Amino acid sequence: MARHLGLTRREFLRTTAGLALGSTLTSASPFVYGEAAAKKRKIIVITFGGGARDQETFAPDGQQNIPHMLQELAPQSSFFTQVMNQGILGHYVATASLATGVYETLNNFSAVPPEHPTVFEYFRKDLDRPPSSTWVVAPSNGFNRIGESDYRSYGPGLGAKVILPKHLLSAATAGAAADYNHLLHDNYETPLYAPQIGGGEVELQQMENILKLSVDDFMAHARTVSSPDELSIYVAKRLMQQESPNLLWITMHDIDIAHSGAYSLYVDAIRRTDRLCAELWKVVQAEPEYAGNTTMFILPDFGRDADEDAGGNGFQHHRTGDPASRTTWMMALGAGVRPGMVYDRPLQSIDLVPTLGALMGFSPKLSQGAPIHELL
Amino acid sequence: MLPTDLKAEQFAGYPPKARKLAVAHLGTLQQLPLSFLPSFLREIIDYDFKFPAERTAIDQELLTLSSLTHAQLKNWFQGFSQLSLSSKFEKLDWINQPAQFVEQLSAYLWTTHQLDAFREAAVTYGNRLQKGEPEQIAVHRLGIAIIGQGVVSYDEPLFLNLRKHGTYFRQIKPENGVELLLAAVEARAKAHPVPYGHWYVDGGHAAGHSSLLSCLSFQQMEPVRAALLRDIQTETAKPGMGPEELHTHMARLSPADLGIDKTGDEVLERFQVKLLTEGSGTQIFSTTFVQWATREVLRRAQAVTLFVRFAPRQRQRPMNELLSGTGSNLEFDPVGSLIDANMAAYYQWINQQRLPQSEQSSFLVWFEGHNQALVVSPSLPRGTESNSTLDLGQLLSLATG
Repeated sequence: MARHLGLTRREFLRTTAGLALGSTLTSASPFVYGEAAAKKRKIIVITFGGGARDQETFAPDGQQNIPHMLQELAPQSSFFTQVMNQGILGHYVATASLATGVYETLNNFSAVPPEHPTVFEYFRKDLDRPPSSTWVVAPSNGFNRIGESDYRSYGPGLGAKVILPKHLLSAATAGAAADYNHLLHDNYETPLYAPQIGGGEVELQQMENILKLSVDDFMAHARTVSSPDELSIYVAKRLMQQESPNLLWITMHDIDIAHSGAYSLYVDAIRRTDRLCAELWKVVQAEPEYAGNTTMFILPDFGRDADEDAGGNGFQHHRTGDPASRTTWMMALGAGVRPGMVYDRPLQSIDLVPTLGALMGFSPKLSQGAPIHELL
Repeated sequence: MLPTDLKAEQFAGYPPKARKLAVAHLGTLQQLPLSFLPSFLREIIDYDFKFPAERTAIDQELLTLSSLTHAQLKNWFQGFSQLSLSSKFEKLDWINQPAQFVEQLSAYLWTTHQLDAFREAAVTYGNRLQKGEPEQIAVHRLGIAIIGQGVVSYDEPLFLNLRKHGTYFRQIKPENGVELLLAAVEARAKAHPVPYGHWYVDGGHAAGHSSLLSCLSFQQMEPVRAALLRDIQTETAKPGMGPEELHTHMARLSPADLGIDKTGDEVLERFQVKLLTEGSGTQIFSTTFVQWATREVLRRAQAVTLFVRFAPRQRQRPMNELLSGTGSNLEFDPVGSLIDANMAAYYQWINQQRLPQSEQSSFLVWFEGHNQALVVSPSLPRGTESNSTLDLGQLLSLATG
């Protein structure tokens, strides 16, 4: 089943985007960076969240939902058709697993740090980088601890700074957010549990000192966007302009509206996420600090249940652990990536961290994944 | 405590029929592994409030298990027995609180990477159970879905997932469609009376209908939904409350807790509560309510007739606002609702196909007020289109031909 899903994606990409099959080609690494270049190297990871299925994305039926990725990004990318997530299929724990390279077992609904060192800690400690070099833009309350683990010898002070755009908004509106409520969606995974969004002095300082935005400017922009992920991308762009992080991690979440059971809202969110990914890639090309030296990775944290699985309710959830919910894809594009390639071999989602380590020159000692040699 | 230590008096807290059943099969229950038994007890403990089809299934399952030798039972449950469970599970009150046990077991299986093994064991067990003779049903099963209420025009293709399975009609006469279909459904219920066998689910106000139909409507349940949302708000505000605690709290709610008046039909009352407390989004979106209700009516009651009419759901608003039930001037999203319902109709057909004798079942979906419909039926070809000009009554006759 998982292989079938991968093959379907491959055939689709080959026929519609004209990509080549990677397993038939071998060549030397396209990376020709020296040490100085490596220091300028930027990595952006976007999790295409939360949870999108093949049939609404890269399978033939889904193509209408991802025109930007298909027509603009895929031809520039190396595409991996089978990325398996063998861990717990909850958004926080799965994203934490992506960030540590270990299938974490933390409580998905608790604000606890990952148990193993994150990619941000490896990066900063091994390469002696400052706090401003790594940032996470995360969607909801639960993600505020994802920047660093509590692992001894890594942990506090060595991780990424986390920015929660909804908290910024909440702080900026001082709780009276009537006009902005549509941007404060939170926690779709348990849609009946909708805690109040926090936000106070710390967030206001982030806005002023880091994003270099006045409350008025931020509010004025927030008025023009239609979803939490749009707000996240706006904040990510500001971070790129003001802080130029070397390692920027953006977790999208609009798609998880699927838990409400409304298929049209789920598909709308996929289309929006597709557009936002392409938009961010354009920003990369336009920013001098990023143009030409940035590699961007786009991958869902996992899929969603298959229509046919009796244990689930189709697209609505990701509870069965069936192949459709565990199998997804990854797109890598930009600096050092062979464009127009499709790779079929199965990968694990925890392979991302060791791959980033190999690309950036740090050693993710505790990661249980393996570097993706096609990208090295 | 392990299943081998089970004693009859430990079922004293079960409702009468459930207690009697458990005690009668005590010897069999004692031989089942801890990784399986609480899931089964979760069904048995609600036996008194289950639909006839569910009771028959539990009876049949117990009968089958009781007929197996100890060695055969060991073989059947090998997959479950091989799962490694922490000893903390032996200390839980899995006899009286099997649902809570199963919730914790589920989290544990995910955490210990044993979910796939559990899943495989469950599928193998389910397949073995289903090998027996399928039960005969009173009449070939029929599903009807009416989608798109309030949509004036829609240019995108509909029923794409279903087209390969049936015949697509493009010149249906829409006049009196709802009335014609409902009348036919009522006639079936009259001709083939089956307790909880014939259902009508409506996403808005239910149309006038025969008392022979078991009926659920989103509007009729509005006070219950409001009571539940108020309860959720209160609970969420309590210190220490999280999503898992809220879920456990909701699982314990009874019809009386949500202000459901006693109708004398406790089975239906409890079913209504479960639709709202177990379904995700059923409290706020009518399309989700209808989709989940159809799934559960088919899965649990095994309806032989299921007439479903979708209505426009409210437009997406912030989750906090949706849950609080605040916000005046409720706006609707007819086109979004049509897209939701188009997918939900496909799921209705899939769920119908999971039931016995699915090869004889028929399914009809119609874009309300318009000319497009699709029928999946053993009497009609698959993957074809038809330009026949038929009214909905004639189309239904063709479907059930």
